[in-house]
Amino acid sequence: MTTLSAYSPKVRSVGLDGVLVTFGDTATDEANRAAIAFRGAVDAQGWPEVSESSSTLVSAFFRIDLAEHRFEAISDRLQSILATRDWFAASLPEGRALWTVPAVFGGARAPQFDEAAEAAGLSTRDALRDLTTTRLRVLTLGFAPGQPYLGTLDDAWNIPRQKELTLNVPAGALVAAVRQICLFAKDTPTGWRHVGQSAFACFRPRGDTPFPLAPGDEVQFTDISATELSRIEDTVTDGSGGAIRTELA
Amino acid sequence: MIALHVHQVGPGVAVQDLGRTGFLSKGLTRGGATDRLAVHEGAALLRQSPELAVLEMVGTGGTFEATEDMRIALAGAEMTAHVDGAAVAWNASHALAKSSVLTIGPTRTGTYGYLHVGGGFETEQMLGSRATHQSCGLGELVTAGDVLPIGLDRGGDFGLTMPRDTRFDGGAIRIVPSMQTSDFAKETREKFEATTFRRDPRANRQGIRMDSDGNGFATPKALSIVSEVIVPGDIQITGDGTPFVLMAESQTTGGYPRIGTVMPCDLPRVAQAPAGAALQFQFVSLEDGAAIEACARATWASLPKAVTPLVRDPATLQDLLSYQLIGGVVSATDAPLDRG
Repeated sequence: MTTLSAYSPKVRSVGLDGVLVTFGDTATDEANRAAIAFRGAVDAQGWPEVSESSSTLVSAFFRIDLAEHRFEAISDRLQSILATRDWFAASLPEGRALWTVPAVFGGARAPQFDEAAEAAGLSTRDALRDLTTTRLRVLTLGFAPGQPYLGTLDDAWNIPRQKELTLNVPAGALVAAVRQICLFAKDTPTGWRHVGQSAFACFRPRGDTPFPLAPGDEVQFTDISATELSRIEDTVTDGSGGAIRTELA
Repeated sequence: MIALHVHQVGPGVAVQDLGRTGFLSKGLTRGGATDRLAVHEGAALLRQSPELAVLEMVGTGGTFEATEDMRIALAGAEMTAHVDGAAVAWNASHALAKSSVLTIGPTRTGTYGYLHVGGGFETEQMLGSRATHQSCGLGELVTAGDVLPIGLDRGGDFGLTMPRDTRFDGGAIRIVPSMQTSDFAKETREKFEATTFRRDPRANRQGIRMDSDGNGFATPKALSIVSEVIVPGDIQITGDGTPFVLMAESQTTGGYPRIGTVMPCDLPRVAQAPAGAALQFQFVSLEDGAAIEACARATWASLPKAVTPLVRDPATLQDLLSYQLIGGVVSATDAPLDRG
């Protein structure tokens, strides 16, 4: 932790569109927690200059019109908030949710599960255990609307992306690489390995909650059969894919 | 219902507005019209709000029939335009009588043309906007047979024009330093500014590829590839050293380093540069950039004051306008429209 906390957060302008506060050079769990916590703390202050905010793997971004507001002044204020505490040790904001998401691992619906287990140097049993017992966190949403990057799996799962793209992995897929799981919002060509399949819709543009997930939310997968997944696909029409949401205290 | 019936339409026509904000953290970029200035120009020509939805047209337009009397404005990249077979001026507003047919043909200069209607298009709002965001599954391209509903027009003038802007053939683009600019070697940044780029034909609403002679641009070796936030106008340098200017429908984050960011007020010039047009990028400091942008915004806001009657002689104004609508003596290539 000492080395991580030794990273001195950087405050930089992004075009004339806003200010970025970065907590690491590499995608670590600690930097991600710090980014989410810092974003939450600044949002809680309700600055009128901030028209929206977001967090990426290691940074918090505040959209601020820099044609109207001087970057130096904004930067000073953000620096003073940075100085109030050790953000790498900060707890995550309140109001987060735990999602229990049923998924099939392996077989015809998730054809690269065995291959991914082998790449991770794990038996399929151990791989399944890791994927269904690790409480994963939504590190960030991106690439497609509502699409979560989930982390962080054990070091064994630091498996590279494939060189060749798989041309079409379906929406709801769980794909693995670099100690993360991505849950696809839509059909996507990818170099990540297709290890699981859910019926969870990450983007529900016509529903009451178009974006069910938020950065900082936690996700726990449960293993179901392909028959059960088919039943969910046939009967569950709200996009939840049978997932259950509970508030995190 | 006031509407436009779409009889025929080109492959790149979609309803747009100024986009949707507030969803960056959810992975959804602003989107909206590629040339935001054209949205303001058309709104000024109809003396209405730039918030109203328009049709964005790439390459060619289509054939549209009016269900009721309405006003239209044509803005952005100039395209051929006819009402019931008679040519009408681009960069101008017109009356479109009930049952008359508006035909918008190929682009003459620039890339993105815009059709505005009095009252704006009132297609379904999704997430607070009517902007079509195809890659995210929000809305669809316009297709033949569509009926595009139009909102209540609070009425007003037509037969108006404004001085033509010069942004349709490339040129100098001002950029401000961005989060990773200083990670690029000084020589790389200098070479970037000294290079004349050509807009590659490979361009869309997500991004525009910039071609140049030579070996491309070295990306910072030490820079990690952790994905970082993208803002419109960011210039990313891909692994082979090619710059891409990221546009309205880019993703929210990306792993390629950004050498700089095109100023919002110059982004319409990048958007409108036709394939092959020469573009040069020039750094301005963040402070100067802020001042330039503030000044440009004031100009955009005062566009309604730049609007003048399409035909200047007040004595003949009324006659000429009606004649133009029926017989079409005003051609898109006649003065004063070709100035500048």
